[in-house]
Amino acid sequence: MTELEPGRNAGPVPFASADASRGRLLQRLHIDLPLLVGLLLLSGIGLVVLYSAGEQSPALVARQAIRLAIGFAVAFLVAQIPPHGLRHWTPWLYGLGLLLLVAVLISGEIGKGAQRWLNLGLFRFQPSELMKIAVPLMAAHYVSRFHLPPGPRVIAIATLLIASPALLIIKQPDLGTALLIASSGCFVLLLAGISKRFIFSVIALQATAAPLVWYFVMHDYQRQRVITFLNPESDPLGAGYHIIQSKIAIGSGGWFGKGWLNGTQAYLDFLPESSTDFIFAVLGEEFGLFGILALLTCYLFIVWRGMQIAIQAQDCFSRLMAGSLTLTFFIYFFVNIGMVSGLLPVVGLPLPLISYGGSSMVTMMAAFGILMSVHTHRKLVST
Amino acid sequence: MSTNEAIHGYRDRHVFKVRAISALIVVLLLTLALVARLFYLQVISHQRFTTMSQNNRVTISPVPPTRGLIYDRNGVILAENIPAYRLELVPERVDNLDATLRELRKLIEIDDKSIERLHRELRRKRSFDSVPLRMGLSDEEVAIFAVNRYRFPGVEIRAGLRRHYPLGKLTAHVVGYVGRISESDLGVIDAVNYRGSTHIGKTGVELSHEKSLHGAVGYQQTETDVLGRRLRILSQTPPRPGQDLQLSIDTRLQQVATEAFGEENGALVAMDPENGEILALVSLPSYDPNLFVTGIDSDTYGMLRDSTDQPLFNRAIKGQYPPGSTIKPFIGLAGLELGKIGKDDMVICRGIYFPEFRSKRPYRDWKRSGHGYTDLEKSIVESCDIYYYELAYRLGIDRISSFLARFGFGSRTGIDLPGEASGLLPSREWKQQKRGQPWYPGETLITGIGQGYTLATPLQLAVATATLATGGRHLQPTLIHAIGTADNEHLKPNEPTVLNQMSIIDPANWNTITQAMTQVIHGPHGTARRIASKRYRIAGKTGTSQVFGLKKDEKYDASKLAKRLRDHALFIAFAPAEQPRIAVALIVENGGSGGAVASPIAGKVIEAFMERVRDD
Repeated sequence: MTELEPGRNAGPVPFASADASRGRLLQRLHIDLPLLVGLLLLSGIGLVVLYSAGEQSPALVARQAIRLAIGFAVAFLVAQIPPHGLRHWTPWLYGLGLLLLVAVLISGEIGKGAQRWLNLGLFRFQPSELMKIAVPLMAAHYVSRFHLPPGPRVIAIATLLIASPALLIIKQPDLGTALLIASSGCFVLLLAGISKRFIFSVIALQATAAPLVWYFVMHDYQRQRVITFLNPESDPLGAGYHIIQSKIAIGSGGWFGKGWLNGTQAYLDFLPESSTDFIFAVLGEEFGLFGILALLTCYLFIVWRGMQIAIQAQDCFSRLMAGSLTLTFFIYFFVNIGMVSGLLPVVGLPLPLISYGGSSMVTMMAAFGILMSVHTHRKLVST
Repeated sequence: MSTNEAIHGYRDRHVFKVRAISALIVVLLLTLALVARLFYLQVISHQRFTTMSQNNRVTISPVPPTRGLIYDRNGVILAENIPAYRLELVPERVDNLDATLRELRKLIEIDDKSIERLHRELRRKRSFDSVPLRMGLSDEEVAIFAVNRYRFPGVEIRAGLRRHYPLGKLTAHVVGYVGRISESDLGVIDAVNYRGSTHIGKTGVELSHEKSLHGAVGYQQTETDVLGRRLRILSQTPPRPGQDLQLSIDTRLQQVATEAFGEENGALVAMDPENGEILALVSLPSYDPNLFVTGIDSDTYGMLRDSTDQPLFNRAIKGQYPPGSTIKPFIGLAGLELGKIGKDDMVICRGIYFPEFRSKRPYRDWKRSGHGYTDLEKSIVESCDIYYYELAYRLGIDRISSFLARFGFGSRTGIDLPGEASGLLPSREWKQQKRGQPWYPGETLITGIGQGYTLATPLQLAVATATLATGGRHLQPTLIHAIGTADNEHLKPNEPTVLNQMSIIDPANWNTITQAMTQVIHGPHGTARRIASKRYRIAGKTGTSQVFGLKKDEKYDASKLAKRLRDHALFIAFAPAEQPRIAVALIVENGGSGGAVASPIAGKVIEAFMERVRDD
């Protein structure tokens, strides 16, 4: 640290001490202020947009506010657990999640149909939500036992740890979540410094396998479905309808938007799922490009802060875990916005902290709790 | 030690930091890509989207293609799309709903169920959406309403298309029918192409040629006002209509055959031996396919399904019967071609046959007194059983089944109709596999007279007869004469598919068989003498297949048996014998004797066909 200039120290003493004591208090409560501010800001934006998208129903907004409050409470609770505690429990958490996934699959087999829930009497529990946290933690746990960058053996075993739950979730079938979980695990490997040659060869392998599967394995109608998936506008009444309508909504917003509650597309039912997966289009229509830039700034700020926490973390496990959770958060909003603006295929991912509902919100807040824990449990030793 | 750890710790930290910063750069770049995309949408294309959102209220709706028509080979229409009228009501334009309905019901019959449904739909739909009140108005009702229209603001008649089969029962088993798209259909079709379509082929040609008949969906963008009312059509991608089909069926032959059966149940297949085109395909009793288009009520359906006559069952392609004596010409040909018997070799028939392998149980001829000295020709003309016991014994089951297989017995013909049965051609391997038993020599004998395990569909018999008629040219039968419009402009004629050309050892053998089959009709002792014509020569063979087994020494007495238990009567034929133009196979269920009951039906069909050929 560079010495502070003497002039800076000459400020009013009571103010400075209040500042310091507040810092200590937040530290003691294990709250990271920048992260908290970013999340609160986003939640605020979310409730405002939701009020408009949800046909101005106060009840809808109230329910969402309660969910958010629960989310923040979960984040606060998780932040109290020190990283070494998390590390200790990681294998147990992962094992439990794997067991529950198998249980869900078996009960789904018996119940004949898609099954993602486990009925625990009082409430229903989705094991894949647990895995959203457990997989990056487990990957970080395993990889951090060795020196970076990981060797081929470590990569192989880590891949196995990531792929098994992902495959079980694909079987549910829930492709979106499976891809999300797989990528959160891959982020751990990427951040751990896996060699570039390896990355490129995996990409090359996929590029050669894809056309083979396309020509020799798939049926005609399956190909048609893939085409519709990749190019939804070829199906203007199904998947394409969403995209065409959301593009009209966003595009008609212009620089500054039509103003809050003045959007027309959602009101006239042209825009489907306007309060859940496609809420971004409502924001784009009513607040324009500036509103969107404000939202993206908030998101980027949170990603930046998350990566900063990861870099400053004191042990390898915390670093990898924090980095992976942060990048997964980025994937969430990137894929959702890409989908709504017609850049990416339609997969059912919500816009984090803005979309209505979502059992995934609690999971996400738990992840932010972990980030806070990593940052606030550091032993401040001078180096 | 600790310095080592520190060095590693430092390196780990460094590796991570480099990667984390690269990740942040990638995050930034990807976010910039999003911003660029949004800039494109919101700034560059802003004007376009603003217009769309203001006018927009643009809605896109599918325009279903018109289904292809189906004609017979002479251009007679078999499946058409007729206008169907339905009465619709737009709630917001009706002042007093109850009064309107009351007045309307005085003019047009609307049952209580429809009224109930109307009230249900009214609650669900927006007030400017039209709600159907009644489907399938008659022309008269349309006219009555048109005159009184001024009294009913908000009530309209809408026109659509409905599939109609003008010949109804006559072609039901060939053409099939369309029905509402069901859940199970959705699993196998390209859902995008069927947006807007309500019906899909369920059976017959309507199913097997669904792809050609359906066409491709189109789209229409309509402008709606702020409340969603349709104002005008902005743009449209027209649908590609389905292709018309010209079937090989000759409706007149179909008619003649159906009438010739009278009240009997059975099936007939007539085929052009030159190109495999099916000229007539009859299965009786039949049903009215029009019932299925609008949705059949469960009572009627139950009646059709549970009827002991099984009108929904296509006997011509799904019915499997023992071929009986109609198999004899094929067995005879096998004997000649494989050198197991000479043309003039005699077998002495005393009405009873004691095989060499086991003499306990004698095998009987249908004629108790026997046929005496019998050569090949006599064996076919008089349908001597003893001759074929002996010949079958000499051939053995392996040669019999491999020879018969070349005529298509035991495998699907590949006709373009769904649900064809494969029949059954028994063999040593088949019996070991399916029954887990060895083949017994006695079973070879009864295979020689077309009884036992052997089963064939009428279609298979027709294909085999055609193959016999053309010197071993085994064709795949088809119902398509041409694909395209009937005005011969874009006609794509059907090309015959040759499945197999048999290698012939001696053409004289084939002539011997044809000659014998001609004597069945034209000879003094033939079993089908009654259908002989002076103008042309027919080659044929009668057959009878047992429905239930008789006990030893029990005599078959048709008059004493319940109709259901009587023998099936069969007949195969082709004509003219010298240069075959038509091959026919038919079965009259529980008809009794092939000569008396079955052959006259074929005679009428052949006569009608030959008259037509002469007229042309």
